[in-house]
Amino acid sequence: MKALIIISILGVVAMMADVLRFKKLLVPIIVTGLFIALATVCMDWNTDIRYFNDMAYFDNYALAFTGAVIFITLLWMLIGQEYFQDSHTKGEHAALILFCLSGAIAMISFSDLTLFFIGLEILSISLYVLAASNKSDLRSNEAGLKYFLMGAFATGFLLFGIALIYGATATFNLQGIHDALAKGAISPLMVKTGVLLILVGLLFKVSAAPFHFWAPDVYEGSPTLVTMFMATVVKTAAFAAFYRLFSTCFISLSDTWIPVVAALSAITMLLGNIMAVFQTSFKRMLAYSSIAHAGYMMMAIAAMNEVSAGSIFLYAIAYSIGSLGAFACLHAMSVNGDESISGLNGLGKRQPKVAIFLSLIMFSLAGIPPVAGFFAKYYLFYGALIGGYTWLVIIAVMSSLIGVYYYFKVIFALFKTNPIAAEELPILLPKHYVLLILTAIISLGIGVSPAWLQSLIS
Amino acid sequence: MLTLVLIFFPLLAALGTLILPRDNAKMYSFISSLIQLGITAYAFILFLTQGTDALAANYEWVPALGISLQVGLDGISILLVALTNILIPLIILSSFRNNYSNPAAFYGLILLMQFALIGVFAALDGFLFYVFWELALIPIWFICLLWGGEERIRITLKFFIYTLAGSLLMLLGLIFVYLQTPAPHSFSIDALYQASLTAEMQGYIFWCFFLAFAIKIPVFPFHTWQPDTYTDAPAQGSMLLSGIMLKMGIYGIIRWMLPILPLGIAEWGNCVMILCAISIVYASVIAIYQKDFKRLIAYSSIAHVGLITAGVFSLSMQGLQGSVVQMLAHGINVVGLFFIADIIQRRMKTRQMDSLGGLANNSPLFSILFIIVLLGSVALPLTNGFVGEFLLLLGVYSYNAWLAAICGLTVILGAVYMFRAYQKVMLGEVHERSVEFTGLAKSEKIVLIIIAALIIVCGVYPKPILSITQPALEEIVLNLQGVN
Repeated sequence: MKALIIISILGVVAMMADVLRFKKLLVPIIVTGLFIALATVCMDWNTDIRYFNDMAYFDNYALAFTGAVIFITLLWMLIGQEYFQDSHTKGEHAALILFCLSGAIAMISFSDLTLFFIGLEILSISLYVLAASNKSDLRSNEAGLKYFLMGAFATGFLLFGIALIYGATATFNLQGIHDALAKGAISPLMVKTGVLLILVGLLFKVSAAPFHFWAPDVYEGSPTLVTMFMATVVKTAAFAAFYRLFSTCFISLSDTWIPVVAALSAITMLLGNIMAVFQTSFKRMLAYSSIAHAGYMMMAIAAMNEVSAGSIFLYAIAYSIGSLGAFACLHAMSVNGDESISGLNGLGKRQPKVAIFLSLIMFSLAGIPPVAGFFAKYYLFYGALIGGYTWLVIIAVMSSLIGVYYYFKVIFALFKTNPIAAEELPILLPKHYVLLILTAIISLGIGVSPAWLQSLIS
Repeated sequence: MLTLVLIFFPLLAALGTLILPRDNAKMYSFISSLIQLGITAYAFILFLTQGTDALAANYEWVPALGISLQVGLDGISILLVALTNILIPLIILSSFRNNYSNPAAFYGLILLMQFALIGVFAALDGFLFYVFWELALIPIWFICLLWGGEERIRITLKFFIYTLAGSLLMLLGLIFVYLQTPAPHSFSIDALYQASLTAEMQGYIFWCFFLAFAIKIPVFPFHTWQPDTYTDAPAQGSMLLSGIMLKMGIYGIIRWMLPILPLGIAEWGNCVMILCAISIVYASVIAIYQKDFKRLIAYSSIAHVGLITAGVFSLSMQGLQGSVVQMLAHGINVVGLFFIADIIQRRMKTRQMDSLGGLANNSPLFSILFIIVLLGSVALPLTNGFVGEFLLLLGVYSYNAWLAAICGLTVILGAVYMFRAYQKVMLGEVHERSVEFTGLAKSEKIVLIIIAALIIVCGVYPKPILSITQPALEEIVLNLQGVN
């Protein structure tokens, strides 16, 4: 809870920066604030406190995910601070990112549907603006508008679903809803419709098929740094909320929604991976790969057993860290305006260390041992197999193989011998380099000792 | 504990190669591989005097999921570890005349490969085995990608996706077996051996495992990645792939399939035997028509490993012993052959056998060493190949006489393509370019002489190898007979 409060205050402070003229101090203040928030998360560990009449519930699950999103934001700040350079928009950009983060934390820690909805809206509305924040770029405007229209539509579904659930159970509280549903004797049609409508809203947020159409365009159009934030922090928070809501609230209705989630999981991973194969733009490829990863994580929600929470956590972190590394390279490239995979040609000759670390990141995203992505996938497969979803695991294995193809396209490009003209090659600045090395080392570290991360939530 | 040293020393050496000044990478990696050979010798003595217990180690890794760092060496694996650690210094030494760009990365990757290979042979935990199995793919893939020939991107992609597809199936099978182990589930080899699997389950898991191993070996019809990859890889890459890496597949069958899936093997074993027989004849016939010397070796390798796999699936003591002996023999011979191909290619800038000829005139020593390696490869008595192939054919014969007859063709056809190759390259009309062929350099002499010596020593006195493998294989055979 303290982390949520600190980050909300930080957001307000950032808005004041323009008025009170301390813009130069803004980045140090934010970084310090985030570190303090992270420290409070560690201090609150194992406390298990409910706040505000059981609106928010900070158990270890919520604390672990809160810590994860703050940590990812800190890593993001390494190159994300560039986003706060322009003196006109400095305060607004920083405030929006921080509000987005506080929305994410509210979504992670809710134990009441109202806080869930508020968190989701804080996160989404900040994101709509962030997506369109490059005002001079037509694609960015398009991305913002598209995201807003589709997002508003999905929010409508979600809200309608919440209303139906409230109508059936007369409570917003998760435990209350669970108890009311367990007792039975309430309008099943109303409840089931409500659950499915909420599912639609959430599937939209995690960009699962068939509600994924916004993702490639929005990812591609938004400024790269915003895309990076969207693909990591937002996705992690959305999955944390997804699991929390469905595991505590609707577990007794699992017959209704689990088949849907399992089927959509299979479709999402196949579709994401197959579409990614045909992309020539690195950014768009990462967008489709993020759809595919959402499909994998949905396996854990479909399996819904004792390893689900831990496997979602591990996967979200492995995927986010991997994406940060990939986006760091993409950001270095996008300075030249070239976002195609072939823009990486010959980088291996020019900056061999970058090539090695980016290859490691690609291995992690593709799920090849001994990097984090492999263990994350392993836990997911394992969970799904004990849940009895052998067919889903077989589809996941097949789509992982397709995934290898396009992640390796990046590695092949790195080691192509016919480089494009030297001045057109992307140059990784020290900040990109540091982020890339950090993410690669963290990926390797998680890969070598995955046990402790997963044991945080169990 | 010593086993862990054996596994992790190459990793440290690999990291060291990357850090130390790159001009010395060659020498540095060679010395570290010699140290590793010394450690292996010490482990071997320990094994002979104190038995398997001295080399076992077990540490926790992911206790919640029953995954542990359990390693150990028995009569089969210690021989393969010894093979790896003898071949790696030879492979490094064989590259001394090649000037690869970025040597630090090249030698670092070879040592990394050594790390993964030893891990595969020493792992006694299913999960650990899988991790090392996959890990072995990465360095060799990079070696082929960075130092390979013209078409390396297409070829390495095919190679990687092919092998990864097999591996992922194996992972599925492994998790499935793990879930059938007595509670609490564990990946430890003892627990996996006790998994209660019905005959039907074993049938499915059999294919999950077998596909992974068959792709790596490779057995017809899963071999299509192999000739391209072997031909296109740099010489040292081909040596690693054929000399050691394909043994992972055969070793995997002996260690992980025979004891876990006896019923699956009883059901599908004959199917595999037929595939092996097809492999042998098909690859041998294609080898006869090859014009590229390296490609010829690649196809001959398919024929040889086909026979080894058939020997394993004959499930007889002779067959299994033959397979272990022949794994060692094939490892040594094929490295020798690929090195000879590399020596010729480096000097003549071609591997096309039609444009070579009469090389024997220029270098008598080279032609003698070549013929020794070649005789080992065609299994002449008193060479290492003979012992292995004889036992293998005996094993297959005890399974089915007709199959043995077909598999026996490998010896005849092998002699045909190998001697024809020798005739075209070394004898006959002196090709105009052959005049430039210079004698062997010092490092080349050392490598070839050691290989030739190993071929003869193992052929004349194979008894120690047989007696070391005896107890471990007996256990496996008894277990199989008990079930059937």
